[in-house]
Amino acid sequence: MAEFLQLVVSGIATGAIYAVAALGFTLMWQAAGVINFAQGEFVMLPAFGMLMCIGVGMPLWLAFLVTCVAAALVLGYAFKRGIADPLIHHGVIPLVIATLGVSIAAKSFVRSGYSAMAQQFPSPFPEGVFHVAGVTVSFADAGTLVIAGAIVLSLQAFLNRTVTGRAMQAVAQNTESARVLGIDVSRMVLYVFVINALLACVAALLITPIYLAKFDMGETIGTKAFFAAIIGGFNQTRGALLGGVLIGVMENVVGYYLSPAYKEGVALVLFLLVILFRPEGILGRREERKV
Amino acid sequence: MSPAARNIALAIAILALATSAFFLQRSQVYLLSLCCVYVMATMGLNLTMGYAGQMSLGQAAFFGIGAYIDAILTTKLGVSFWVVIPIAAVACFFVGLALGFPALRVQHHYLAFATLGFNVLVYLVMRNEEALTGGTFGISNVPRPYLFTWSLDSERAYFWFTLAALVIVAILMRLLLRSPWGRAFAALRDNPIRAESLGINITAYTLLAFAIGAAYGGVGGVFYAGLVQYVEPSTFYFTTSLMMLLAVILGGSGRFFGPVIGTVIVILLPEVLRSSSSPALQFMQKWYLVAFGVALVVLMVWLPGGLLSIGDRRARKAAA
Repeated sequence: MAEFLQLVVSGIATGAIYAVAALGFTLMWQAAGVINFAQGEFVMLPAFGMLMCIGVGMPLWLAFLVTCVAAALVLGYAFKRGIADPLIHHGVIPLVIATLGVSIAAKSFVRSGYSAMAQQFPSPFPEGVFHVAGVTVSFADAGTLVIAGAIVLSLQAFLNRTVTGRAMQAVAQNTESARVLGIDVSRMVLYVFVINALLACVAALLITPIYLAKFDMGETIGTKAFFAAIIGGFNQTRGALLGGVLIGVMENVVGYYLSPAYKEGVALVLFLLVILFRPEGILGRREERKV
Repeated sequence: MSPAARNIALAIAILALATSAFFLQRSQVYLLSLCCVYVMATMGLNLTMGYAGQMSLGQAAFFGIGAYIDAILTTKLGVSFWVVIPIAAVACFFVGLALGFPALRVQHHYLAFATLGFNVLVYLVMRNEEALTGGTFGISNVPRPYLFTWSLDSERAYFWFTLAALVIVAILMRLLLRSPWGRAFAALRDNPIRAESLGINITAYTLLAFAIGAAYGGVGGVFYAGLVQYVEPSTFYFTTSLMMLLAVILGGSGRFFGPVIGTVIVILLPEVLRSSSSPALQFMQKWYLVAFGVALVVLMVWLPGGLLSIGDRRARKAAA
């Protein structure tokens, strides 16, 4: 039982990181109709950004802040203006392919320009463990959980309690009505892109110490973020959290009790089950189709 | 060009390609066969994507399933290559049905991620089930087939064999697309809700297109295993699926010859860069994937229909 709880706790911590990446995914889809296939690379690039900042002597917190600013500009503003804006009218597929292009370019850029080897990454949390009710918890897991939880809660508060947040939700629900009501749609969509870039930076800060910085680290994170978003419900912010945690915990449990070799397949199986039996996701609402 | 003239030109081009094998080095003939093999798979992907409008990121998984079926059945059970082809096609068709059924009931981009995840899963099975697949070592000494009593062991003979097979599967694809079924695929790509109101069962048709596309991938895989005579998991990782997808997009999805052009570029370009000795081209070899990704973004922004749509774009400009 103790080992089971152990697995659940560390699974929740990993899952919370998936959830942070999944949140950005969900927001982009809701507000802008953009499915970002480069979501994983949006996590990988800030990881290398921070490494470079650390390389020139910055402490981790400063490197993180600098990377956040850079990410907001490049992965938020420039991505929206350069790729999403011109392609949004052509339907989903050209945009998906363009983001795939971004993903390939980003991966090969880091591999050719920086290194193909996995790089160590400093943890923002102190080493060591503490014990709660017979379960050993590392400071890293606890810290990850606190930060990811705080981000999800404050994002939800921002979306529900502030005027800007509500305006963003209005854009997500019905772009035309939002425009008629005088909401600056383009600005709200820009906010979403910037928030997505910042969430990616946080995910990078939390996951890279565990998985190391490598040019292809985004492949796993990107797919899991998507699966987490679907499993929880694509049109719900809380859904991403539930989906992420579910995947994290199930991966740990399956990896330990069944077969570590098939850990990576867990998210797919959960995803297939959800879309077979509850296609709108566990917390999702049904959506009508438009002609 | 009239259809008859076009067919004659095409036949001449294929004959010229077949004759070229006499003048090329062994390794170059091998590359041509490799193109043929991949075109079978991308042609299937083009049916799924270009004609039925579904994103699939798992074509390499079906390609791999076909290759492994051939490798396992021919080396371990001594089954003939000729029997393996239909087995692989049918197997991939049904796996495609099983995977596409849940994904296609819901929103369409879900298929993209379902196939992506499926590709990872297939890779894991290939890598981990050592008793069956040989694990990371793969399976070597996959035999090449006989055509009646004529051995296809030589590079040239196998190229002709693959080219002939490609022509046959291409003709089958053409017939399928010209049939009422094929028309229905295009109708549901262009406006799914309208197609549904005209009485086309969207889910059934998309599912069918996806499963047939998967079967093409499987057949391509069988020919791949015969060509390389060695299969190992990393060939069939989802990066290969991405490459196949890009080949279709680059050539122009929904155009019959789009995947042919795209695949030739995607397969041959890196080989040309690798084998060259000029420093400029070697520099390109290191950075070509970056350029490729950027080019893809630019292509989408500027020419969403792929390379073969340049003509249309010109025509539209002239008319405007």
